[in-house]
Amino acid sequence: MTALVETRSDISRGPWATAFRRLRHDKVAMAALIFFCLILVSCLSAPLYAKWAGVNPFTSTLDATIMLDGKQTAVMEQSTEGLGLGYNPIGPTWQLGNYFLGADNQGRDVMARLLYGGWTSIIIASGATILTLLFATVLGLAAGFFGGVTDMILSRILDILWAFPVYLLAISLSIVMIAHGIDIGPFTIESGSLWLPVFIIGVIYIPYVARPIRGQVLSLRESEFVLAAISLGVPSHRILFRDILPNVTTTLIVFVPLMMALNMLTESALSFLSIGVQPPDASWGTIIQDGQGLLYSRPWVALAPGIAIVITVLALNVLGDGLRDALDPRSKIKLGRG
Amino acid sequence: MFLAIIQRLWQMLFVMFGISVLVFLIFFATPGADPASRIAGRGASAEILEAVRKSFGLDQPIYVQYFTMMKKIFITGDLTSFVNRGWKVVPAVLDTIPVTISLVMGAAILWVVFSMIIGTVAAATKDSWLDRSLMILGLIGISMPVFWLGEVMNLVTQSRFHDTWMFSWVPPLGYKNFIDGPKAWFLTLVIPWITLAILYIGLYGRVLRANLIEAMQEDYVRTARAKGLSETRILLRHALRTSLISFVTLFGLDFGALVGGSALLTEVVFNLHGIGKLTYDALLNLDLPIIMTTVIFASFFVVMANAVVDVLYIILDPRVRKA
Repeated sequence: MTALVETRSDISRGPWATAFRRLRHDKVAMAALIFFCLILVSCLSAPLYAKWAGVNPFTSTLDATIMLDGKQTAVMEQSTEGLGLGYNPIGPTWQLGNYFLGADNQGRDVMARLLYGGWTSIIIASGATILTLLFATVLGLAAGFFGGVTDMILSRILDILWAFPVYLLAISLSIVMIAHGIDIGPFTIESGSLWLPVFIIGVIYIPYVARPIRGQVLSLRESEFVLAAISLGVPSHRILFRDILPNVTTTLIVFVPLMMALNMLTESALSFLSIGVQPPDASWGTIIQDGQGLLYSRPWVALAPGIAIVITVLALNVLGDGLRDALDPRSKIKLGRG
Repeated sequence: MFLAIIQRLWQMLFVMFGISVLVFLIFFATPGADPASRIAGRGASAEILEAVRKSFGLDQPIYVQYFTMMKKIFITGDLTSFVNRGWKVVPAVLDTIPVTISLVMGAAILWVVFSMIIGTVAAATKDSWLDRSLMILGLIGISMPVFWLGEVMNLVTQSRFHDTWMFSWVPPLGYKNFIDGPKAWFLTLVIPWITLAILYIGLYGRVLRANLIEAMQEDYVRTARAKGLSETRILLRHALRTSLISFVTLFGLDFGALVGGSALLTEVVFNLHGIGKLTYDALLNLDLPIIMTTVIFASFFVVMANAVVDVLYIILDPRVRKA
């Protein structure tokens, strides 16, 4: 509530400092930010963890053994059910560095994969967010500022992309690219590369950001300070970059954590459908998929990455709400189809 | 008004055309590989590749290829799968529609009822502990991957607690036809309904709360207060009514999107053979003709649902007519 009281020092600080101050006083948002940073740091330390635990999370280790309560135990236990032919991966030991969350069906340490996978998921979500915001800003600015034929063509293209169900568009793009990759002009993305999910997720959400940006640019173009700049004969590229772009920056910043959250969910869904991150790479979605076959016998393989997704996305959503309250107190920005 | 409706329908047709071109380009003109080998599926023989080239006219100019594909989907409906040779695609897609509709309808009823209760209660008790906890629960609902929630549901109801009184009624995964027995149909769908609805309960509850709080600051609410109406009456009869306008718009869009394939993850996790599961199975088999058809049908459905919502809007709200 203190955020609403505009003191004199607030006014002299300028909008950015005011917003930053509001955000700093928002305890919940700051907690979410710190929490997200903690997740980031623990995922970054994945190689250290793997080295310390002495495991390789990307190769199958079916014959590995570990010391458990002073006994040498096999990571893949002989199954006691049925004919006793199958192997059951070891369950959670709850001992850090010693198959804490157990092993998956290839005898790999799930905890180490969880940390590596988290890094992959965050990288993909961030990459896709940057791609979406970049394209959406260019399209939104061009459509809103130049208007006329440019606006008509760009808006119709955005309409078509927007009407396309997200997962079906992603499936269509993936299925043609997953086997052979893609080359657009000078850019070539190999199949199985992490850039492929980044590209696909980045593309499908462009209209979700570009449409609000376009709307904002349209109304800014009619605003008095822009009309003044036009009548003074300021060249349009200068108006675009000096007058209009700074005014949509707040919208873009508010979109960052919200898009990150959405992208993490989308990445996990695509990986779960086996069209996102490709094995042996791990992401939280692929680990859930690995755990699907073990769901009833070793549920933690699927539970742990899901919990990781929920808390990370929750932190990003809370942070996004806080940022919106700080930067855009009248809450004009809405994400999604609303 | 008629002009606005016609304009909207014209826009709908344009978007449908655009989508069909986009789908065509994605499947036939993405650089990388020969479309024939894509459509034929993994490890197709030279004979099948030849059949694909002939059937889609791949040696002809690209616009002829586009018309051939559209004709196969919409007019003759004789698009066949090359992975399962001879399997007609269009009837297979039409068969899945009742399953998807059953799933989405039930979930929609749940999410509308519960999100309205949650949103109204939270707005009425704004800033109280009840409001805060409801909103946190809603945020958690939004932050959960739906397929993971489905797996957790399966773990609880099919395995861990299946033998207890709580979940012993849950039938094995799969869909039962309504005509074969409404009770079995209902029981197989209860858990999928809840799973699918949770995300939307969170989302709609939060949206409705925000709308209600905004509406409570409007002039007409002040007038109602000045007339001495009770707060409950103002909230339910005045504020809620206007807040429902954007709620209904959102609902139309989401319902359309869910029937048009967004329920895919739920269908896969619960093994319901709806349009999403069909797409997923085709994805695993790399069966492109099926994916092309489901994508086109589903996105057309979404576009038409959006247009219907907008037309209803034009009829209901005179302010929109001029735009």
